[in-house]
Amino acid sequence: MGPEAIHDLTSAYALDALDADEAREFEEHMRHCAQCQSELADLQEVTAVLAYAAPPAAAAPALRGRILEQARAERSNVIPFPRAQAQPRRRTTWILGAAAAAAAAVAIGLGIWAATLHNDLGAERSAHSRLEQALAIAASPGSAHVDLTGANGSLAVAPSGRGVLVIPDLGKAPAGKTYEAWVIRGSKPSPAGLFRGGGSTVVPLSRRVPPGSVVAVTVEPKGGMPMPTTTPFITAKLS
Amino acid sequence: MHLTHLSDEALVALLERGQEDALAELYDRYGQVAYSLAYRMLRNETLAEDAVQDAFLTVWRNAAKFVPERAKASTWLLTIVHRRAVDLVRREERRRTEPFTAGSEPVADEESAADAAWLRLQRERVQEALRRLPDEQREALELAYYGGFTQSELAERLGQPLGTIKSRMFAGLARLRELLGDVRIEEGTWDPRQSTT
Repeated sequence: MGPEAIHDLTSAYALDALDADEAREFEEHMRHCAQCQSELADLQEVTAVLAYAAPPAAAAPALRGRILEQARAERSNVIPFPRAQAQPRRRTTWILGAAAAAAAAVAIGLGIWAATLHNDLGAERSAHSRLEQALAIAASPGSAHVDLTGANGSLAVAPSGRGVLVIPDLGKAPAGKTYEAWVIRGSKPSPAGLFRGGGSTVVPLSRRVPPGSVVAVTVEPKGGMPMPTTTPFITAKLS
Repeated sequence: MHLTHLSDEALVALLERGQEDALAELYDRYGQVAYSLAYRMLRNETLAEDAVQDAFLTVWRNAAKFVPERAKASTWLLTIVHRRAVDLVRREERRRTEPFTAGSEPVADEESAADAAWLRLQRERVQEALRRLPDEQREALELAYYGGFTQSELAERLGQPLGTIKSRMFAGLARLRELLGDVRIEEGTWDPRQSTT
């Protein structure tokens, strides 16, 4: 197979749609092809997200224990690796109580319900459905909410770190550009999702938001960037 | 230590040191998505559990190979789950022709209600992006990703030249990436009957 032909196996490889021989051939090629390595990394970010579209199914509760038991049995094979211990994190005081009322206040205060009234029925239901999810996060016991700096709206973060940005009136990103959300820990930003804006916007953040981190939004070239290239115009700091 | 406040990548670093509580935390974060994917592909509880167990143990054994500069830890993990499920679905040839029946719905307690909501948001967002793909691109991606068919099997099944299948997968992933960057709450094409169940 010529070099031209093998590059276009990248998409199929990312979908695990090659047979064993083709996959081996592509892996051999990729070892020396920086372009394919980087394309594959990008494509796998997309294919991995497809996992979330599977209908929800609950695993048997015993599965967790079986995995941990097996891991424990194998632990003697794992060689401890000398590496700086992850920084212990402060326990944060989460905003407690009156959470449902707070969530409703978030919604009403932001004019979200009004914004949805102008849409057709299907879109309105969609908006409500997403809003309900966002509000479920905001209303969950122990969730923190922070007003955004730079735009109307708020950041809601569950105790697990799952977060959602609610921006009720965000203009559409300029042509060829996208909005990109970031979770910044210390001075290290990690990409947390792309969105286009153009109305009421609810963005589930793809990264967890730990206490003390900052959630920021920048304008980036379409497709997003691994690191921000512009100054954030929206920020929110989780205490 | 409060593992719940560590990033996924920090948890993988702890796996390298043989810390199984970090594996438990990763399972709590991604076990349900991993199992739902495996069940969607394998249509069988035992096989889906096998795929998930193998994948988490692969992560446990190979944590040192994870390169955080290359990929998110969740991408790495879900890629391994998918690979394992593809291996199994190809071995168990008959599985993919069996009709799909939904598995038992996870029940969220009060503590995990927010996480359940986050997952539902994410699911709706990805399902909607898939719905907005041109039919033939969606068909190629779904049969490849959820069905575990190889590109050659797809060409045969759909009666199309291999080159056509390749371009549909290529164009489909490129378009999907664009659509996933397109998160809004008003979407004219959204059909409430398809995603509230």
